[in-house]
Amino acid sequence: MAEITISKTQNSNNRFVKSFKGFIRDNLGIIIAFLILVIFLTLSPVTRSIFPTQKNVFNVLRQISTNLYLACGMTMVIILGGIDLSVGSIIALTGCVGAAIVSRYGLPIAAAIVGGLLVGLLFGIFNGFVISKTTIPPFIVTLATMNIAKGLAYVYTGGAPVRVVTKEWQFLGAGYVGPFPTPVIILIGVLILTGIIMNKTQIGRHIYAVGGNAQAAQFSGINVQKVKFFVHAYSGLLAGLAGMVLASRMYSGQPTAGDGAEMDAIAAVVVGGTSMAGGSGKIGGTIIGGLIIGVLNNGLNLLNVNSFWQYVVKGVVILLAVYIDFIRNSKAKH
Amino acid sequence: MEKNVLLQMKDIHKTFPGVYALKDINLEVRAGEVHALLGENGAGKSTLIKVLGGIYQADQGEIFIDGNKVDISDVRDAQQQGISIIHQELVLVPYMTVAENIYLGREPKNGLFVNHRKMEEDAQKLLDAYQMEIDAAMVVANLTTAQQQMVEIVKAISFDSKILVMDEPTSSISDKEVEFLFNTMRILTEKGVGIIYISHKMSELDQICDRVTVLRDGKYVGTEVVKETTKEKLISMMVGRELQKYYTRDFQNAGEVVLKCEKISDGKLVKDATFEIRKGEIVGFSGLVGSGRSELMKCVFGLNQNFTGDITINEKKVKIKSPIDAIKNGIALVPEDRKKEGLYKVQSVKYNSTIEVLDEFIKGIIVNYSKEEAITQKYIDMMSTKTPSQDQIIGNLSGGNQQKVMIGRWLATTPKILILDEPTRGVDVGAKSEIYARMNELVKKGVSIIMISSELPEIINMSDRIYVMNSGRIAGCLQRDGISQEHIMQLAAS
Repeated sequence: MAEITISKTQNSNNRFVKSFKGFIRDNLGIIIAFLILVIFLTLSPVTRSIFPTQKNVFNVLRQISTNLYLACGMTMVIILGGIDLSVGSIIALTGCVGAAIVSRYGLPIAAAIVGGLLVGLLFGIFNGFVISKTTIPPFIVTLATMNIAKGLAYVYTGGAPVRVVTKEWQFLGAGYVGPFPTPVIILIGVLILTGIIMNKTQIGRHIYAVGGNAQAAQFSGINVQKVKFFVHAYSGLLAGLAGMVLASRMYSGQPTAGDGAEMDAIAAVVVGGTSMAGGSGKIGGTIIGGLIIGVLNNGLNLLNVNSFWQYVVKGVVILLAVYIDFIRNSKAKH
Repeated sequence: MEKNVLLQMKDIHKTFPGVYALKDINLEVRAGEVHALLGENGAGKSTLIKVLGGIYQADQGEIFIDGNKVDISDVRDAQQQGISIIHQELVLVPYMTVAENIYLGREPKNGLFVNHRKMEEDAQKLLDAYQMEIDAAMVVANLTTAQQQMVEIVKAISFDSKILVMDEPTSSISDKEVEFLFNTMRILTEKGVGIIYISHKMSELDQICDRVTVLRDGKYVGTEVVKETTKEKLISMMVGRELQKYYTRDFQNAGEVVLKCEKISDGKLVKDATFEIRKGEIVGFSGLVGSGRSELMKCVFGLNQNFTGDITINEKKVKIKSPIDAIKNGIALVPEDRKKEGLYKVQSVKYNSTIEVLDEFIKGIIVNYSKEEAITQKYIDMMSTKTPSQDQIIGNLSGGNQQKVMIGRWLATTPKILILDEPTRGVDVGAKSEIYARMNELVKKGVSIIMISSELPEIINMSDRIYVMNSGRIAGCLQRDGISQEHIMQLAAS
């Protein structure tokens, strides 16, 4: 026992170095891709006067934030072997409800935030309930809730944006805490929370077990239903958060907000090396994945690439990133 | 050179980056013989078979069929040369019929459309020719494992195969079915087919094999005629040293009753099963596949909530509604199918070793990593698991070492009652012997072990008592003195 206490500090240092090395090794392909992208945009004559400025960097980080909130939940959902298609629509509905709480009912902004998060959480709980209690595939369940949430957003607003034009309303999405944009501060909180859940708690390990081999998890005495329920509820809650931040940034809740946001989140997760087969993946990879997609969007805008072509480029980049990982993994197997 | 040599593989070399998988391997199979391929896991059997089947290409070496040099560069080449491989994991399409599976990719046609009638008739003729009581119109998913294997064999025969490779065909079927399989093999060899037979069960060699080739660490050790060699000699060829004792078991006087199960029924496969286990005993559960042994243990372990009957542990009645309850009561279960029911195969040895005991080193959000490593190491050492590191992905270990991690995982819960369901399935001889030794140590420390096994020599040599199950009921309990294979079979199959 004495030996263990003495070497503890040294061990934890080693462990940090080891896990950092592991992070670099696991994500080498996308880290290099990310660096190339950043270096190119910093040096290119077209973008070098704008890209590296503080204003643009904050702008990019602000845009990345909402996608990464979703991607945090999505990482867990995908490790679980499932998928959550409903998050984009939840953004729309929570934004509309949150904005309406202020503009229609005249309640304080705190109530709007609580209300918005609650809407997201309730949808997540519903997803989690159905997915844990039945064998209906998550793809189908969340496809249905995606339509329900989107539909409710249109019904509730009649299709028109719900405007809120107060300075306080903008704080969440467009404001600053000290010199840093609020969404980025929130993002740091969300990343830390997600990292802790995934790496430091029992339920975090159980997520990997259920996703890797649900039958074995049952034999292990893991409460599979509870794990599925928790992960989907968490994903819904984060979608609610993204909805509120986005509504704040756009001065309004819009039923068209968050259109296709689930796909960007999925892209960040898979580019970050999480396997769609479930059972493996790390939040660190998802962060890099989100950064790549955000910087790519920004770079294509700065380069004046036609927005129709941007989709094509994004698709190719996603495919390339995943292909590089595929090659590396199949080499590692032999 | 001998006459009627069907297949000759000469000086086969195969390397993977960094690993010499096969070095100078020779294998000769004659028409009408069953030729066993023996070796521990990792000895190179699978690689050699994959070279023969065209899945891998050899770096060096020659393959002759009927004396002609052939070039096998893909699976299709192998099929055209009359080589068929029946893999350990069956590869039938579950939701197609038997006939559709047999003729997959070469269905008889009427113009554009598949002629289902002809296909089923042809398939049925083949099945009947080998006295297999299987309906060609049945959906494969509804067949037993043994029946699916028969379908694979018929499929292979339908290609007019001259050389048939069987990779551990008896690992998941019962003894009665094994008998049937052997009969089928005899019919095939009479027709001049050469069979390469891979198995970990030494007892089968005498029954069915003519000659045996032993591989070790990717190298050719030798070929023996089965009738003229001994089991001891073959084992020492395989492991490269004399195994002092294959089965280790110091029988002792059993203590008090620790587990008593009365009239357990699950409404389907288990009927009124009553049994008891004493402290420090190994109690075997024997019976045919489907006799309800695993299902009975699933009730005891809380995996089936809908059972009736009473479970008493240390003279106290307990309610077991989930594995969590079972674990709290000191029960552990190492499942039969480690791939499906046990392994988290993309995760590390460490993760797999500690998943049951997270409580011991994760408190809230504080993880004591040193303790996690210490626990992992303790059970690696205890089970003498061979792994390059704790962070090794478990899917990359051999079957024997995976099984040791599985057993270690459950020992970490310090169980009083350890249920082992087919603990040595797909495990090589060396690792098997080690697992027996560990079991012996555990019961000496006062743990009680329930061992389900379909391997009769194993269960006879290791058990204090054996319960034999038959169609969901306990057909009898045999005491150690005077147990024979015949006794067990009488109870199991009557």
